[in-house]
Amino acid sequence: MKRLSAFNVVSLTLGFAFLYIPMLILVIYSFNESKLVTVWAGFSTKWYGELLQNDAMIDAAWVTMKVAFFSSTLATVLGTMAAYVLVRRGRFYGRTVFSGMIYAPLVMPEVITGLSLLLLFIAIGMDRGVLTIVLAHTTFSMCYVSVVVSSRLISFDDSLEEAALDLGASQFEAFRLVTLPIIAPAVISGWLLAFTLSLDDLVIASFAAGPSSTTLPIKIFSSVRLGVSPEINALSTIIIAIVTVGVLTASIVSKRQITRRLQEEAQAG
Amino acid sequence: MAASGKDDVFTPWTDSGATPLIRIDQVTKRFGDFTAIDNVSLDIYPQEFFALLGPSGCGKTTLMRMLGGFETPSSGVISIDGQDMSSVPPNKRAVNMMFQSYALFPHLSVWDNIAFGLRRDGLDKDRVAARVEEMLKLVQLSQFAKRKPHQISGGQRQRVALARSLAKAPKLLLLDEPLGALDKKLRQETQFELMDIQEKTGTTFVIVTHDQEEAMTVASRVAVMNHGQLIQVETPEVIYEQPNSIYVADFIGDVNLIEGTVSALGEGAELAWAEGRTPLIGQPGAALTKGQGATFAIRPEKIAISADEPQDRRNRVQGKILDIGYLGNLSTYHVELPEGPVVKCEIGNRSRIERRDFTWEDEVWLSWSDTAGLVLAR
Repeated sequence: MKRLSAFNVVSLTLGFAFLYIPMLILVIYSFNESKLVTVWAGFSTKWYGELLQNDAMIDAAWVTMKVAFFSSTLATVLGTMAAYVLVRRGRFYGRTVFSGMIYAPLVMPEVITGLSLLLLFIAIGMDRGVLTIVLAHTTFSMCYVSVVVSSRLISFDDSLEEAALDLGASQFEAFRLVTLPIIAPAVISGWLLAFTLSLDDLVIASFAAGPSSTTLPIKIFSSVRLGVSPEINALSTIIIAIVTVGVLTASIVSKRQITRRLQEEAQAG
Repeated sequence: MAASGKDDVFTPWTDSGATPLIRIDQVTKRFGDFTAIDNVSLDIYPQEFFALLGPSGCGKTTLMRMLGGFETPSSGVISIDGQDMSSVPPNKRAVNMMFQSYALFPHLSVWDNIAFGLRRDGLDKDRVAARVEEMLKLVQLSQFAKRKPHQISGGQRQRVALARSLAKAPKLLLLDEPLGALDKKLRQETQFELMDIQEKTGTTFVIVTHDQEEAMTVASRVAVMNHGQLIQVETPEVIYEQPNSIYVADFIGDVNLIEGTVSALGEGAELAWAEGRTPLIGQPGAALTKGQGATFAIRPEKIAISADEPQDRRNRVQGKILDIGYLGNLSTYHVELPEGPVVKCEIGNRSRIERRDFTWEDEVWLSWSDTAGLVLAR
């Protein structure tokens, strides 16, 4: 291991302090006894208890989980399919345009995505609710899945699938029995990424949500406007924990996959 | 030469009554403007070990991929066992392929890799198991059945790939540079193993390779390819001893090429190659006419080297030793003729090196018999 110089230590500390002190303060205050958010009055977990009594919050959390689960699953299916066609099916007519277009929503301002979805739902007369949020989240998170999966597919040996066909498998069997199991780690990390993105999202969800389908970020945002309560701190702490676990799992899964592949290649060589 | 006519020699291509397994009829394959295969016709017979040999980019892999169904001909017909293959996809052909990268499924064990094709056929469990065990035994990998591909050596992986492609007992097995990833020693052993397995299973093998030694060792017939065309299709002996062109002579093994003009044509062909020198005599190649520019081709190992002038041979030239390469089993002498060309000759080292007769700068005579060389049209 290399020793860091004093300068490196300082810059690292500053950088991470900048990133994490706000969240740390939020976590600390979620264990505050006092009702006043800014005054420390001793350690307590009572706000977590209160939170469990708050039906509106629990409902919102439940909606958020449902939306995240369904939208990330749908996004994974669509994103994987898109990546598969764009990477594995050679150079068909219009491929460059399609691959550019699949990444465009990544850089599109969320407000615009949200607004355009809202207009669409109104135009086709779709009542806004959980379904519309799921659709909206699928739309933007499938791009992320597609990016993750296609980077894995690029290094995928074409002859594996040809070998499956050669041994009598149909196109679909070749995908299900050979390609999918091999790229599974990338698909899983794509799903986790989509799940996390959906949990966080406020802007697009607020365009697509209806009165009966408030997600947690929307709920928090609207309650904060009436003043920050320690209950929100507790809730935010829980969300931070969930997101952290999600992101860590995704990166560990993909890192393990990379090291395993390198190992295999080293042994093969 | 190949048409020995003896019953015990396997030469179905000389028998007009034999039915070919594969019939490639005027097949052309274009990729955009590039013609990968240029009007090729070829018959391959059951139980042949057929080699497609050529430099990279000569179209040999494309031709094989068309047999496997991974490419379709732009024009012409490929039929296997009498059936037109144009509209038959790879998964419906009684043809299996061993890929250059082996293409073993990394997430499946050796056992499951071999069972993959059998399961696609819907065989019941017991029959799959019996067949897999049989294949494992054939390639001597029974104790590695549970391992994953990355847990075995390169040579073992090659054998798993072979077992997997043979498991369905295909009529035709295609091998794409099957030994390319192995080191030299292992490659030579594996060549003989391949021949054994081919003989045991009676399967028709078509192998693609750029390694001429490999093609010569394993194949019953070799097709030498260049620029999408078949240059010569013959047994290894004929390819080596009677190449039909300078390209084939030069591609297979080592050869000395001396330019000249045909001065006489009779039993043998005479080639005038230098002012005031007796012409070289060799076997005439096809399409020779008197006065035509031609090339004399002579293999290095067919040349004798001596200190005195060999009076009994008409083909004899004098020169000076320029270089000696010691290869252990043989030594290569590079002899420069006064007229300019450098002739390479190989002498087997039957005695120990201390007793070498010639050394650098020695004046020596090179000679060869009337039938050792070939006169080929340019």
